[in-house]
Amino acid sequence: MSVDKATVKRIANLARFRIEDERLEPLAGELNNILDWIEQLSQVDTDGVKPMTSVVDHALHWRADEVTDGGKRDAILSNAPASEFGFFAVPKVIE
Amino acid sequence: MNKDMSNKYIIKGATGDWEIVVGLEIHAQVTSNAKLFSGASTEFGSEPNSNVSLVDAAFPGMLPVINGECVRQAVRTGLALGAEINKFSRFDRKNYFYADLPQGYQISQFAHPIVGEGEVVVELEGGITKTIGIERLHLEQDAGKSIHDQHPSFTLVDLNRSGVALMEIVSKPDMRSPEEAGAYLRKIRTLLRYIGSCDGNMEQGSMRADVNVSVRRSGEPFGTRCEIKNVNSVRFVMQAIDYEARRQVDILEDGGTIDQETRLFDPGKGETRSMRSKEEAHDYRYFPDPDLLPLEFDDAFIDEARESLPELPDAKLARFVGEWGLPAYNAATLVGEKESALWFEDLMGHLVKQTGKPAEAIASRASNWMLSDLFGHLNKVGKSLTDSPVSAEQGAKLLALVLDDTISGSAAKDVLDDMIETGRDPAVIVEEKGLKQVSDTGALEAMVDKIMEANPAQVAQFREGKTKVLGFFVGQVMKESRGQANPAVVNKILAEKLKG
Repeated sequence: MSVDKATVKRIANLARFRIEDERLEPLAGELNNILDWIEQLSQVDTDGVKPMTSVVDHALHWRADEVTDGGKRDAILSNAPASEFGFFAVPKVIE
Repeated sequence: MNKDMSNKYIIKGATGDWEIVVGLEIHAQVTSNAKLFSGASTEFGSEPNSNVSLVDAAFPGMLPVINGECVRQAVRTGLALGAEINKFSRFDRKNYFYADLPQGYQISQFAHPIVGEGEVVVELEGGITKTIGIERLHLEQDAGKSIHDQHPSFTLVDLNRSGVALMEIVSKPDMRSPEEAGAYLRKIRTLLRYIGSCDGNMEQGSMRADVNVSVRRSGEPFGTRCEIKNVNSVRFVMQAIDYEARRQVDILEDGGTIDQETRLFDPGKGETRSMRSKEEAHDYRYFPDPDLLPLEFDDAFIDEARESLPELPDAKLARFVGEWGLPAYNAATLVGEKESALWFEDLMGHLVKQTGKPAEAIASRASNWMLSDLFGHLNKVGKSLTDSPVSAEQGAKLLALVLDDTISGSAAKDVLDDMIETGRDPAVIVEEKGLKQVSDTGALEAMVDKIMEANPAQVAQFREGKTKVLGFFVGQVMKESRGQANPAVVNKILAEKLKG
């Protein structure tokens, strides 16, 4: 598996990263190095090995259906660049 | 009747007939106190951002912990849909950017949903039924709410809904008409309400549907589909399908092609319009959420969920018709809403106890009374069954008075009016207003004798063959008895005595 310039550009756009055109080529190279490195894992024979979903031997923890949180609007909004009337205020999303 | 032809829905184009293909993705909010992955409240209508935890607002380092009740409700719903329950499922991240999605991804289930294939049977016009396949049901987070029209330069975002548990119920593309889609949506809503896994309230947004529509010539493969997002009523779903199908037929007949796209339904104009024309096709880059281990449970958990299910609407309908002998229409109407089905059962319980009659002898009459009299009178005063001033027990008392001929059917209507207004017991009202029906043959015979004696001319007319004057005599007896004579008994006595 390898990525080219166009793929890097598309992924960057989906992730909302601005990447200058002259950075695309070197970035594709770096990403391909990482992919090659991961690719080495496929050399390991995993026949008959149960798929591993986690490195810890735990089951998913379940919580009870109880309201234990909330009521902290000021804290929630404290890092927002802007807020109005208790809402987050963001640039208008539609015209 | 040919079942395939009777409900065939065809769009007549200029170049021939078109068939439509519809699939629905229903988003149903799980009934729970807390959110899917946090301890914040799910309450509707709270102050903005007051039901938000640091998890819901995606503060760095916060980790999701699953609410077991949401899992249980999803399993119960799967069982009610006759679907396969997956003891192993997994959560994935669906990545996209929007202001009301603070994580930058929605936690959903893509590759391994909690519920697999199932099916539901829907009832259509004319007693026809159709089986609609269920593709899957999965758990996912709701997003926050964006308000675009309250501020001149900002979009306002409320995260109270952010992280609330949703079940997405995906149908197979099995529907072929707006009617079928409407019936399917209603059926799912009824099921969810019966088992209590979702309140089914479409006005408050706790249930909404994405509608996939395509058209094709009969027998051809599926055409390209468009997805109409977030439609929030049964009627709008049906309107949107009708409009969208015609729009696609027009394009195809003009030699065009359908672009696979997301569209919005405008209820005011009754049309759909393109939602994201310039944006590139969605690429959600799903991958397993590393914050969450797989969701696993055992057979005992599923059995417990199964045992917690009430009698489902299909079984109830079959019992009402099969055991109690209700007309199919009455049974379907009563079963359609959980409240009315339970009220009717309550009514029957009291009625059987009070009259000592077997349920099948009186159920049909009781259902007629409930559907026409009770619902009619409640409607008149703008009330529904849930806030009815008349309890099922009081209703049974009234019906018992009719069934044993204590009062006439028309007097019962007056009593019901009074009950709805005052909440009093029917026996009290009957006594106070002197509505007791006279069925005592001796008293009525004496009355008839007296009237015949006073009207010899009419008696003679009857005996000459002018039997129409019978109506005159019935009227006289009713007048004499101040409306309390039992009309059936009066007719019988008159018929005998007038013959001479």
